[in-house]
Amino acid sequence: MTLIHMAPGRSAPVLGPTPNQVESLACYLSRGGYRSDVGPAELLARAEAVDLRGHGGAGFPTAVKLRAVRDGVGTPVVVANGEEGEPGSVKDRWLLRARPHLVLDGLIRAARITGADRAYVYLSDAAAERGVRAALAERDPGLPVYVVRTEPAYVAGEESAVVRCIDGGPALPKAKPPRVFEHGVGGAPTLVSNVETLARLALLALPVPSAGGSGAGGSALLTLSGTAGAAVLTERQFGVTLRQLAVIQGTFDPSAVLMGGLFGGLLPPDALDLPLDRTRLAEGGTGLGCGAIRFLAPDECPVSVAADAVDYLSVESSRQCGVCVSGTRALRDTLVALADGRCDADGVVKLARWAQGLPGRGACGLLDAAARLAGTLLAGFPHLVEAQRRSPCPVCAATPPDAGRRLRVPVPVPATDTSRPSRSTPACVG
Amino acid sequence: MKLHIDSTRCQGYGECLPPAPGLIDLDEWGYARLLVVELTGDQETAARAAVDACPNSALRLER
Repeated sequence: MTLIHMAPGRSAPVLGPTPNQVESLACYLSRGGYRSDVGPAELLARAEAVDLRGHGGAGFPTAVKLRAVRDGVGTPVVVANGEEGEPGSVKDRWLLRARPHLVLDGLIRAARITGADRAYVYLSDAAAERGVRAALAERDPGLPVYVVRTEPAYVAGEESAVVRCIDGGPALPKAKPPRVFEHGVGGAPTLVSNVETLARLALLALPVPSAGGSGAGGSALLTLSGTAGAAVLTERQFGVTLRQLAVIQGTFDPSAVLMGGLFGGLLPPDALDLPLDRTRLAEGGTGLGCGAIRFLAPDECPVSVAADAVDYLSVESSRQCGVCVSGTRALRDTLVALADGRCDADGVVKLARWAQGLPGRGACGLLDAAARLAGTLLAGFPHLVEAQRRSPCPVCAATPPDAGRRLRVPVPVPATDTSRPSRSTPACVG
Repeated sequence: MKLHIDSTRCQGYGECLPPAPGLIDLDEWGYARLLVVELTGDQETAARAAVDACPNSALRLER
């Protein structure tokens, strides 16, 4: 079960006032949605002014991407990417299930900014698909919007995999260049944008006071998990520290932090004072990624979590790049050996070499994530690694790799019955 | 000129190594790894030979 955590008195523009309920069209309209008083040029300027970044993982400036697609050769295509492959993240599926109109509003506005003549919603979650189709039936979006469902997979949400799947191929990444912004769906310049990013774009079109000034660009949806408490979906302003987030999740003294889904590596406890801030996290050798953060309680060891996460990545490799098949397998086998207390000094040297040399060599980022997990484990936990090289760890022995199953967080199920709202959260407030 | 490798195409034949030893290396599994991306003028002939040598067209030159 995943709890939705609302901080009293704090702005949570994407969670909205009633995150446990599906937002109807009437509700979304009453909150200012789909209003046309902010035109495409003004909205693009607002996205730039608040430095809106992508919330899918890479954190690329949204205004730059919108402009590149708009200025490309041919009529653009826009895609709302809701395929959330990270096992520790639920925010995109929650968003599509609970607030489909907010995402569609952002998607349509992105189409207006870029001059796109059609739009896609790309997802794998059946409940999200039902929600989006119901929302599309409630209101004519004004341009063709197609819903494309894929099979869930770690790499299926990577932008070139998204384009390949929409074009009728397998949802597998392609080598770059070309990038999809210049050569995407059907060869057209294509905006592939995470659904939370599009939601924030739609929120930027609200009159400034209700967007709360920095509101739409100044916060992030986060999926917090750990064995000490239930998983938590929340929205927090940038600047909150990792330690504060750990407390919200219920892990009061984490021994390590698994950052950014599987993309930000493993951080030692002294990183807990890092603020949620893209620049500061990058300086700390990590990143926000998709906003999924796991806090390790005493019943989890960073070594077995690294081994388990890389085991998962190795299974999820799309097996297109030889270096990814061999590289993730080698990383996995060596980390599992380390968790078992049977890794020699040479194994640790190899882990360090792979962590350094493998990033950037695959067609997508999966191999980079695996390499970063190994690299951050060695860098942040040298004494632990050295100790486990000599003798097995009881925690690791109790939690053998199981292809990342324990990293999975269940998606919240918002209620569809808005006729009987609870007294504390009326159906349509805000 | 830039030298690109399509990792999805590299099968580890190693045919690119002899024509361009300073530009390409093979990793411990035999897959090609670029040592240089931006080529200087005097490296272009060797790079072109490596591109031609790949049986699976995994290497590419781009302006």
